[in-house]
Amino acid sequence: MTQTDFSTILPVTILTAWASLLLLADLFLPREQKGWTALLAALGLALTMGITLAQSGQEFAPGFGGMIVRDGFSTFLNVLFLLIGLLGIAVSHGYNHRMGIERGEYYPLMLFSVVGMMLMAQATDLIVVFLALELLSFPLYVMAAFAYPKPQSEEAGLKYFLLGAFSSGFVVYGIALAFGATGSTDLAYILAAVSTGAASLPLLTAGAGLILVGFGFKVAAVPFHMWTPDVYQGAPTSVTAFMAAGAKAAGFAALLRVFGMAFPALAADLAPLMAILAALTMILGNLVAVAQTDMKRMLAYSSIAQAGYILMAFAPFDNEAARTMAVAGGLFYLVAYTLASFGSWGVVIALERAEDKGLQITDYNGLGRKYPLLGAAMAVFMLSLIGLPPTLGLIGKIYLFRAALEGGLVWLAIVGALTSIVSAFYYLRVVVNMFMREGQPQVEREWWLEFAIGAVAIGTIIVSLWPFPLFDWAQQAVMVLF
Amino acid sequence: MNFLLEPLSIVTFSPLLGVLVLLFLKSEQKAALRWTALVTSLITFLISLWAFFFSGLYNPANGGLQLVAKYNWINVAGWDIRYYLAADGLSILLILLTTFLTPIAILSTWTAVEERVKDFMLFFLLLEVGMIGVFVAQDLFLFYIFWEFTLIPMYFLIGIWGGPNRLYAAVKFFLYTMAGSILMLLAILWLGINGGTFSVPDLVAQGNIPADTQLWLFIAFAAAFAIKVPMWPLHSWLPDAHVEAPTAGSVILAGVLLKMGTYGFLRFNLPLFPEASVQAAPVIGWLAVIGILYGAAVSFYQKDVKKLVAYSSVSHLGFVMLGMFALNAQGVAGAILQMVNHGLSTGALFLLVGMIYEQTHTRDLPVYGGLWKITPIFGTLTLIVGLSSMGLPGLNGFVGEFTILLGAFGAGMKDGVFAGAGGFWLAGLAAVGVILAAIYILYMFQKMFLGPAGEITKHHDLKDLNWREILTLLPLLVFIFWIGLYPKPFFDLMMPAIENLLMPFQAILMAAH
Repeated sequence: MTQTDFSTILPVTILTAWASLLLLADLFLPREQKGWTALLAALGLALTMGITLAQSGQEFAPGFGGMIVRDGFSTFLNVLFLLIGLLGIAVSHGYNHRMGIERGEYYPLMLFSVVGMMLMAQATDLIVVFLALELLSFPLYVMAAFAYPKPQSEEAGLKYFLLGAFSSGFVVYGIALAFGATGSTDLAYILAAVSTGAASLPLLTAGAGLILVGFGFKVAAVPFHMWTPDVYQGAPTSVTAFMAAGAKAAGFAALLRVFGMAFPALAADLAPLMAILAALTMILGNLVAVAQTDMKRMLAYSSIAQAGYILMAFAPFDNEAARTMAVAGGLFYLVAYTLASFGSWGVVIALERAEDKGLQITDYNGLGRKYPLLGAAMAVFMLSLIGLPPTLGLIGKIYLFRAALEGGLVWLAIVGALTSIVSAFYYLRVVVNMFMREGQPQVEREWWLEFAIGAVAIGTIIVSLWPFPLFDWAQQAVMVLF
Repeated sequence: MNFLLEPLSIVTFSPLLGVLVLLFLKSEQKAALRWTALVTSLITFLISLWAFFFSGLYNPANGGLQLVAKYNWINVAGWDIRYYLAADGLSILLILLTTFLTPIAILSTWTAVEERVKDFMLFFLLLEVGMIGVFVAQDLFLFYIFWEFTLIPMYFLIGIWGGPNRLYAAVKFFLYTMAGSILMLLAILWLGINGGTFSVPDLVAQGNIPADTQLWLFIAFAAAFAIKVPMWPLHSWLPDAHVEAPTAGSVILAGVLLKMGTYGFLRFNLPLFPEASVQAAPVIGWLAVIGILYGAAVSFYQKDVKKLVAYSSVSHLGFVMLGMFALNAQGVAGAILQMVNHGLSTGALFLLVGMIYEQTHTRDLPVYGGLWKITPIFGTLTLIVGLSSMGLPGLNGFVGEFTILLGAFGAGMKDGVFAGAGGFWLAGLAAVGVILAAIYILYMFQKMFLGPAGEITKHHDLKDLNWREILTLLPLLVFIFWIGLYPKPFFDLMMPAIENLLMPFQAILMAAH
């Protein structure tokens, strides 16, 4: 292992070591003091974030013979993943305690999952992509079932595991086909093999298609979304919040990396497929969300729909000039989605009580009246998910619509626009209930939870008014891909 | 932070200072909350007067954009979005209308809004920021942000302080308007991608959009604006929103928000897509005339006074659209003046309806009757405002409608934009609309104020207007008479800009015939 290898995976290594030690340290903490585990886990994430940021200025050659890189793209996403981890801990701590599922292994599992996500963004070899995928998924399977012996939670864990394993199978098979077509699993090598004509294109296309299916499961794109509502509903809400933001972002990280770097030659074949996936996801996710009365299910379908918008980033896949911008748009929207999604799940956590009470949309009646700040924050998240000013969601959506228009897919942009109106209908229902109906909602006051919700809400507004640093960063991040 | 010190930035964002103060007040301090909002909006009005008339920075004889504030906002690879504010003769009256109507609307809530006063005032001031922003933004992106932003406070104003059916009305208002504007967003992005800039003057100067593309873009923009105006047959959100909104909300909705639609046509559709505008003019003209007649006919059959006034808006804004798409100086000038007139007259009508509703809690026409004897001041003022709304010579409505009709007849002549599309019929039927307006307004007046005393009149101890209510109406009355008797200063403000606006159309019309 050379020094380059080491510095490429330094943040990941540290976080892995930290998580392992945390698992040990937790054994010595008494049952009623698991708050320390949460704090230590957060410290580990913060430390890793610090190292990631400190490294961001330096240039590194790819490590491990080109299997893992550390570039602008991975830095952008790793910071996002670490942020997701920190927010995940903030919303979990009080909730797990209150729901009686506070067990020490929770936080190390979360850290391992974050490690998987980070590797996903850094992987430039399909084998590493697969390893990262499994590393991020396994802790999530366990965490989804964390509220055992509650049947819904166990069901969620099992369902997620079975379908996740199934989708991993697709990915592996796709990787095998890609290897068969080109003789390598290295993304750069695949790209070269395609351009020299050494690759068998039909085989590679089939392989890419299977990989797409596998990641389609992870990001919950239609028609691979079936598991989402049940898992999101059954899993403890703190896990759902982490999963909805983290797993999705990681899935998109891999999609952007793999399809941006290795398969541009297949763009002509795959771009229409991506566009159709995006359109189906937006339409189905939004339409079904309208019919939901349970907050967790509604947000689950909303997260499916949001994946559809992010998929628009692939629309100009075959258009050299527009591609960079589109992928940057995807990253940008990923940030907007992460904030709004985390925020809204945080509010759900604040209202949820034991035995699944407080989860109906009608339980939000009067929230804005009784808790104006919490209501205002939730309104901000809903507006951001619709895509209205002054929130980050609007800027992100504009970015993605632009990608579709530049890719020449006017119909896709129109589908996106029309489904946004549908989405306004169900997001507004929450706002209506919070501010325009009377009710006596019950809210758990937890400092960290409220801090996370507040910070995310303020970020959503401030960054939308001052978006160019984020624009710039996203643009820089994707430069390395092409 | 230089961009905040520009005169138009100060006008636009000064209500935010009031918002800040409101945040520090307690919900129980109702008087302080009201006074803060009122004073803030008055200060905003004074600043807008200062910026246009006393600062020496704005020259009314100049037809171009003035008081320009132009700064880079989002300027990274592939995006050129500016913080670009400016005003000209097309927008100055509407900006002033906004800053003028807001304090009046706030004054009207003094006793009408007792619940959640703090939130109400917050939303109201935020709404004012959005409205002024719409009229001053010269960058499409910035414009879109202000445009969509106005939805949010209005949605809350209707949804929280509205009538019994307020939730339905609020959501309908929101979804209708958003449906239109999101199509406009796509057109804006198309323009930005192809033109390399979102700045409207630059895009107009480039002016190289092929005619068939223009038509699509025109339609996308028109979708947003036509719903907002609202033009027949996209008006169905309006009666619901108006009837359910609190009085102050209705005043602002009718007075300013609808004008955002007509202003949008004027500022964006006409200069950006001139060929498409000429092509679409007959269609829009006919839709406008249908709106005039339909609105008037439906008004006549309303039993609910507020609904009657709401439908009359459909009719009045039909006039505005007809005049604007006559594409000649009289038509456009009449249209702009009529926007202001409608804001004054319909705003005043909504205020009057709100004042009586506050006492009786009903707006049912048949239960009134014989009011004039009991409340003579209220009756007289309603009569004046009603006459102004129906276009009696000597009051403001007449000037606007007459100029628009002149324009429409002119456009029906040779080389006019309505020539060959039944131009004279357009103008003739619109003139019938004036007569219909007289019928429904006088019918309403008769039912409410004349004849034998109705149930409400008999059983309620009705009080006439108090000093605050009169003070609320007085400024509107001043302008109703001023514009009716001496409209020249108002026309002078807009004429140079209108000439600039219409310059390209002469050539297009010449070529077309």
